[in-house]
Amino acid sequence: MMNPKLLGAVAALALLAACESSTDQNAAATGAGAGGAAGGLGTGLGSGAVRPGSQEDLVANVGDRVFFATDRSTIAADQRPVLDRQATWLRQYPQVTVTVEGHADERGTREYNLALGQRRANAARDVLVAGGVGGSRINTISYGKDRPAALGSNEDAWAQNRRAVTVVR
Amino acid sequence: MIRSPAISRRAALGAAATLVAPGIWSWPLPARAQQTQGAVIDITRARTDPIPIAVPDFAGAGDAGRVGRDIARVILNNLRGSGLFRPVERAAFIQTAEAAAQAPRFQDWRVIGAQALTTGRAEIAGDRIRVEFRLWDVLPEQQIQGTAFTAPLGNWRRIAHLISDVIYERLLGEKGYFDTRVCYVAESGPRDRRNRRLAIMDQDGENHRFLTDGTFAALTPRFHPNAQQIAFMSYNQNQPRVFLFNLDSGRQEVLGNFPGMTLSPRFSPDGRSVILSSTRGNDANIYIVDLGSRRERQLTSGGGLDVSPCFSPDGSQIVFNSDRGGDQQLYVMSADGGGARRISFGRGRYATPVWSPRGDLIAFTRIASGQFAIGVMRPDGSGERILSEGWGMEGPTFAPNGRVMMYFRESPARDSRGSGYSSRLASIDIAGFNERQIATPTDASDPAWSPLLS
Repeated sequence: MMNPKLLGAVAALALLAACESSTDQNAAATGAGAGGAAGGLGTGLGSGAVRPGSQEDLVANVGDRVFFATDRSTIAADQRPVLDRQATWLRQYPQVTVTVEGHADERGTREYNLALGQRRANAARDVLVAGGVGGSRINTISYGKDRPAALGSNEDAWAQNRRAVTVVR
Repeated sequence: MIRSPAISRRAALGAAATLVAPGIWSWPLPARAQQTQGAVIDITRARTDPIPIAVPDFAGAGDAGRVGRDIARVILNNLRGSGLFRPVERAAFIQTAEAAAQAPRFQDWRVIGAQALTTGRAEIAGDRIRVEFRLWDVLPEQQIQGTAFTAPLGNWRRIAHLISDVIYERLLGEKGYFDTRVCYVAESGPRDRRNRRLAIMDQDGENHRFLTDGTFAALTPRFHPNAQQIAFMSYNQNQPRVFLFNLDSGRQEVLGNFPGMTLSPRFSPDGRSVILSSTRGNDANIYIVDLGSRRERQLTSGGGLDVSPCFSPDGSQIVFNSDRGGDQQLYVMSADGGGARRISFGRGRYATPVWSPRGDLIAFTRIASGQFAIGVMRPDGSGERILSEGWGMEGPTFAPNGRVMMYFRESPARDSRGSGYSSRLASIDIAGFNERQIATPTDASDPAWSPLLS
């Protein structure tokens, strides 16, 4: 089980995501891709209204994304706990299959960023697999710089866009 | 006008008639004055000294006159757009187009500053058009070129582009690039839900049409050397892979049988294979796929992300982009994958290399100090020259004569809603002047310049 302190941190992260969502026209929800459930980010917070094992559950109670440094695709130490929690969550719901979507910021060229996004998605997937999730349950896809979560052209937006997002299929 | 099958038309036009494109015939006209040989103007003068040229409307009666006028305006637009010609203002013309088409009064063109003059005449017979065209050197009063074309009436623009290429080649001494098309990615909608479709148009923006319907994202189109096929990256069924698109049939098919994503395709100069990048684990490596056997062969395994491969025009070498040394740089290797050596050593990261059709230059995108730039260097990495710089730009593609490049240029979002962001096509002379925005109906990216269509 998750300890209360960690849960608080997750909730804060989810709140942050919800804030981004409101300022960026549901960028977070859209970033979650076609499989993600739009909305529900706020209502799901600790209310128990979200369906266990759903995308809303993942976003609200676990965290659906990790972030990367510029041009890097290694999972930083401060991002690792999110993926560890995702692995725990995925083991809890063995019927759930996911796609890990890799993304890059707009400050690179399209083709390189496509490959970089794939490498990020693979890096996140590897941590999930190492955490005991069967590889057959995890797809990966890269969108390069072509599906930003934050639409601004500044450091904050770029940091939000260098990400790997786990999306329930 | 002759309306008969191609064989008998050729016989009727004389042995010198040639089929320049489906349905379009051309043959030389007898000279009306002393005819010159070779180019008359040195291209190295062109930048500071564009050639003053007069292009009066092509003469013709009724509908033919209207088409003749349109042909002249397409030619004028092409020549002006190249930055290497300075059209003389129509208002200054003394001799009428009709009279000039019969016999130029050179004095009338000399006094208004024209150094070169084109004259022409259009005739319509049924569903075909016949266009006579002559190019004159005004000062020595010589005919430089005389050519006639016949084509289905609907192809009158092709004739205008073919004439533009003749003018370019005769006056500048190198082949033109007007009878070409541009394929690109038409973009619309907010950036987090962007619609990306392949579109194609003549190089002057006319005959625009969409090739894909937007149900899946399409990126990075590249022309086959025969200009009838395109390789591109498709998100069809949410699986990003390289596809082939046949422009005649509209047929799309996935290329190769790779487990992961495939991207950044380019045809070999002989058109018989495609090089592309395929991701696996932490790496992206370059492969070549034979279009006949569909067999793939791995060319790089150097670690890191190897993307954006492009053949040299003689097919002997491949330039590509790799971060194997830590950050993105350009490397050249032999076509069989051996002997990769880094060629970019300037400040910043280098990407999207593309080899000039002339073989003498490699164009690239450079990212340094938060700015993007388009530049060229020699294949050994020397002689680096930045042509254009800005907040965002990438993806150079050469016109078939290697003289002009197209790329796309982005402007940043002003706020967190993404307002103000745009992406447009631009072109520039490789000497670094005449940068122009290319008009497209929507935002645009990833231009690909076709080979000459004929």
